[in-house]
Amino acid sequence: MAFLELDRLTKRFGMITAVDTLSFSVDRGSFVSLLGPSGCGKTTTLQMIAGFEDVTSGRIMLNGRNLSAVPARERGLGIVFQTYALFLHMTVAENVAFGLEMRKIDKPERARRVKAALELVHLSHLADRYPRAMSGGQRQRVALARALVIEPELLLLDEPLSNLDAKLREEMQLELRRIQREAGVTTLLVTHDQSEAMALSDRVVVMEKGRLQQEADPFEVYDRPKTSFVSGFLGKSNSLRAEMGRDGRLRCAERVLTGPAAGLMPGAVEIALRPERIEVVDAASGIVSGCVTEKVFLGNQWLLRVATPLGDMIVLRRNAGRNEAGIGDTVGLTWNPEHLRILPAEGAA
Amino acid sequence: MSIASTDTPREVAPPVPREPLLCAPALALFLVMLLTPLIMTLVLSFNSFDFYEGIGSTFSLANYTEVLGDRYFYEIFGRTFAIALATTAICAIIGAPASYFLNRMDPFWRSIMVLIVLGPLLISVVVRTLGWAILLGNRGVINTALMNIGLIERPLKMMYTSGGIVLALVHVMIPFMVLAVWAALQRQDPATEAAAESLGAGPFTVFRRIVLPQAMPGVLSGSLIVFALSASAFATPAILGGRRVKVVATSVHDEFMNTLNWPLGAAMAMILVAAILITMIAWSRLVEDRVGRAYA
Repeated sequence: MAFLELDRLTKRFGMITAVDTLSFSVDRGSFVSLLGPSGCGKTTTLQMIAGFEDVTSGRIMLNGRNLSAVPARERGLGIVFQTYALFLHMTVAENVAFGLEMRKIDKPERARRVKAALELVHLSHLADRYPRAMSGGQRQRVALARALVIEPELLLLDEPLSNLDAKLREEMQLELRRIQREAGVTTLLVTHDQSEAMALSDRVVVMEKGRLQQEADPFEVYDRPKTSFVSGFLGKSNSLRAEMGRDGRLRCAERVLTGPAAGLMPGAVEIALRPERIEVVDAASGIVSGCVTEKVFLGNQWLLRVATPLGDMIVLRRNAGRNEAGIGDTVGLTWNPEHLRILPAEGAA
Repeated sequence: MSIASTDTPREVAPPVPREPLLCAPALALFLVMLLTPLIMTLVLSFNSFDFYEGIGSTFSLANYTEVLGDRYFYEIFGRTFAIALATTAICAIIGAPASYFLNRMDPFWRSIMVLIVLGPLLISVVVRTLGWAILLGNRGVINTALMNIGLIERPLKMMYTSGGIVLALVHVMIPFMVLAVWAALQRQDPATEAAAESLGAGPFTVFRRIVLPQAMPGVLSGSLIVFALSASAFATPAILGGRRVKVVATSVHDEFMNTLNWPLGAAMAMILVAAILITMIAWSRLVEDRVGRAYA
């Protein structure tokens, strides 16, 4: 039985439909990411779950109760805002204690729980500091402690890492996951960062233009995208226009390609192929050959752009300690046909 | 410039600090227009005065002992500070919530409301105060209206009272308070209100525990401006208080223009400046202690 369940949730602002019949569910104790580009309706969805936006139609069920008629302050959810929204006139301990005070929890108990929450986020030594005197990562932890101390049924995270620099962000990703596991709290993360969503979550819900694109675990979303949008949004992908013939053959730029067994309706399709699944071989022995037009060194890998008869393709090669083919060289490209993903052509979905 | 920059500089001149130079015009204006009259007033306040011989360039504290030793002056100083204090308090009580609503309005209505709030500043102080005199007089608009309805039989005394002065001062001082508080509210992250709500706070608690404390620096700096301007206001008390309700500024004016005892007037002016300064410094000390730690 799903713990949080969104049932055909819809939000309209005038003529604009921000969230369109969105349904998905979150299991108790799991970490789910709501992923999509800005303007896809993910933040509106979060706002509706939190109770800051009214629902146009549809239902939000949490642990068997319908949240629709419950005001935000009675929902008892823990929310971490993008800007952290710390109370700057209160110390860290006072910030964390605020939710407990509102629940009229007596002082000794309050102090005990504040202490435990600050220990969880490793901030016990800064309890008497003011937020202004803290770094971005520390403020983030205060916001987490303040949200978790009320022992919420559901923790909502609104782009919590977007204000941190790259290195700190990676660190906080691990921290976030540890804290979530230790607290055992059901968590919904809203993010536009696909690597963050994949690194943190048990399941990923991909949204675009207010609609659900795919809901699956991170590996499946990455490896078996259902739509060309998902394939392009998560990581790098080569996207080739092709035609599925009535004879079941896949034609791309007047060549017949061997694809995976799974059949699709005849018509225009799109082939998605991850750049790291492509091998570079001799010009003669590849499935296609082409000329290297661009070469970028990324440290742990090389990125090559190869002009082939099928179209421009990008290839990622692991840095194996030797130099790869240079610009102007003709190379052959090959891949395991099982790695091709045949998707409905964009616009037909 | 471009020619010089292509040459290799043989001798690098030490950079001349430009900041003091750039400040010079403003500094000169400040010295000439503000500091000079202030110092001249200070010197004047130590001089003596005689009805037959006029101002004598002596040095004595006689004027100060006269002011500080006379109950008559105590009353005037007391009234001045009471009026300034009341004006400040009323401005804060009205201005803080007004700024809160202003901050939450949609931009179109907000710009109209800001214009209305700033309205009193756009009118000459004399015109505005005479307007209040028309409203507050014994045969003024308010009294005539109330008598015609039959609510009162005899006119309420509003002209030539401290209350009337406070009313008119609040009218003109409120923009300073609203703008100061509004600036503080704009610095506030709007998500803090949502955060407090999600933690279980009702609308009143959110205002009292979250919005108001964050607006406090604005209320306090607004209070400083309003207090200083009200304590030294001249035109409003002169017109609405007349000869009966004197404040320090109007008394100084009387000493200078009627009694012609300039040194005594100067001494009163200096005491007023000192009293306002001390109040303001004490106030900001208090402010720094209370809210300074969080905003340091």
